[in-house]
Amino acid sequence: MVLELQKPRPIWQIMFSTHHTDVGLLYLITSLSFLFMGGALALGIRAELFLPGSQIIADSMTFNRMFTVHGTTLIFLFILPFASAVGNYLVPIMVRYKDMAYPKLNAIAFWMIPPAGALIWLGFADFTWYATPPYSIISAPGPAADMWIFGLKILGISSVLGAINFIVTILKCKHPDMSMGQVPLLAWSFLTSSLIILVAIPTFAAALLMLLTDRLGVSGFFNPAMGGDPIAYQHLFWFTFHPEVYVLVIPAIGMMYEIIPRFSRKPIFSHSSGIFAFVLLSLVSFSSWAHHMYATGMSFTEKTVFMIGTLAAVPASAMHVFNFIATMWNGRIKFATPMMWAVGGIALFFSAGAGGVVNAAMPLDFQTHDSYWVVGHFHLFVMGTIAFGSIGFFYYIFPYVTGRMYNERMGQIHFILSFIGTVLVFFTQHVLGLYGMPRRVYDYPPIPEWITMNQIASVGAMIIGVSMVLFLINMIYSSGKGKLADTDDPFNLGGKYYYPFEAKNPHH
Amino acid sequence: MGHHSNWPEWVYVGVVIALMVWVGSEAWNAERLVEHIPADAEVIKVTGQQWFWSFEHEDGTKEIGELHVKVGKAYKFEITSKDVNHSFNIHDYVVLLDAIPGRVNTVWFAPMEVGEHDIQCREYCGLIHYNMRGKLIVEEAEPSS
Repeated sequence: MVLELQKPRPIWQIMFSTHHTDVGLLYLITSLSFLFMGGALALGIRAELFLPGSQIIADSMTFNRMFTVHGTTLIFLFILPFASAVGNYLVPIMVRYKDMAYPKLNAIAFWMIPPAGALIWLGFADFTWYATPPYSIISAPGPAADMWIFGLKILGISSVLGAINFIVTILKCKHPDMSMGQVPLLAWSFLTSSLIILVAIPTFAAALLMLLTDRLGVSGFFNPAMGGDPIAYQHLFWFTFHPEVYVLVIPAIGMMYEIIPRFSRKPIFSHSSGIFAFVLLSLVSFSSWAHHMYATGMSFTEKTVFMIGTLAAVPASAMHVFNFIATMWNGRIKFATPMMWAVGGIALFFSAGAGGVVNAAMPLDFQTHDSYWVVGHFHLFVMGTIAFGSIGFFYYIFPYVTGRMYNERMGQIHFILSFIGTVLVFFTQHVLGLYGMPRRVYDYPPIPEWITMNQIASVGAMIIGVSMVLFLINMIYSSGKGKLADTDDPFNLGGKYYYPFEAKNPHH
Repeated sequence: MGHHSNWPEWVYVGVVIALMVWVGSEAWNAERLVEHIPADAEVIKVTGQQWFWSFEHEDGTKEIGELHVKVGKAYKFEITSKDVNHSFNIHDYVVLLDAIPGRVNTVWFAPMEVGEHDIQCREYCGLIHYNMRGKLIVEEAEPSS
């Protein structure tokens, strides 16, 4: 399976192509570019927080804009497009179809992302990634805020189009000889996460429009001065974005399901329990949205309901972890770079989940809510689990995409530095939250514990930064000058596994 | 697939579910106790606005940025906001509740020791959010009255 890139082609041929691997390549390059842009903002934020007082950022407004765009970029412009890249490359091959079901729609969904990214970056809004009213209505400066709203609107449409395409490709275009039970777990992860998108996104799409008309002053849905209710926005927002967490994490788990059995040289412990856990996760993802809102003054009953809904997600997540470990058990594991990232990602997934149980338990949430604990907690998911799974998978498909091998030693150093950095930043931030430091602050009082922990976190972030520079060098150098890969078995695992690697969809 | 026994997975899932039931019920019970506001709690009205806290005691005394309370007494905060969302937080006493315009949220606490504690805003509210801070000063109760 040579996915693409072996023969150099003019760039416009790739840009105007609707072939699934070309669109996949565009998604891949776009998402990785945004990974570096969003990551650079994170380094700026961590440098600023190294000490109390102003360090490298002149004023709080710039700082607020930076963390807003950092979050928006990495969630919507790195994680989601990266998953689409992987899905574009592999889903048609896995279901043995010649392309995505709607190739033109596929290209349109991709080409909505660059203008949306431009709106978000040129606007540089300051109202955090969840744009909560009344701040986002009466205080957030335009046109940045309005550009952000339009950017997110476009990204939402792009997500829905992509989701429709994946669902139809998997359900309607799969080879008739193949039962749903035989569809690989990576494709199942795209099926379930796409279904979540279809159900979840319209709610936020509506909220965005209401937010826009509120900002224009023609409506007052969320503006208390006009009789509106700001809490309604939070419900609409989290009804979309708690399930969205699963939209982000499920494909990353699917990617680990590709890597782990192959590098353990064993079949997956239980294919059916993987499918079951995906379906279960996508259902319970809708039962927990308001656990983000305990502190808005919810009644005891509401909090109880959403605590139960949240805890219900734990067994399904735990089933995936069990499946991974049982697959590795007694395997002949080869710790090449992709496997290291996947195993590291599983360890951090477990830690993130354990922290999540603490947040869900009502009285403890009032310790952690809106503190640095929460920052550490969700970064263990988005960085520790999702980015780790994604980067590992990128190393894994690199030889298939480029026909060349990356530098294995640099890949392993990249992993080790990133893992150490991630632990330093985000475990420390958990403790920092227990000491009471609020999130989204430009400056903090010189409390000795806060200073020490912020410094540890900042050093960790710089270590991640260094590792990412190595990553970039490795990718650029190896894609042009790396040694040619044996595309039948680039990792020397000895054997072909589960789906035909030689499959290749010719251009049409 | 299908040729091996799956019982370890079901045992494991059972253990996880049991753990979650335990965590959930403990949390439910603790929250139920924490939320029970004593009948004699004195009301303090808390108002957040960009970017400071103001307080009004039951006797009409008003304070800005600083809140004086007596040790050993129960207080009920009635929290609201004049502009955007804030979150009223005394971390040392795990007092945390959003200040939302158009709503009044209530939470209570009873300081047990004389001392000073930080009050801060824990919900992003704009330019000076990072410095929307105050002081809680817990004083000796008056001997009589």
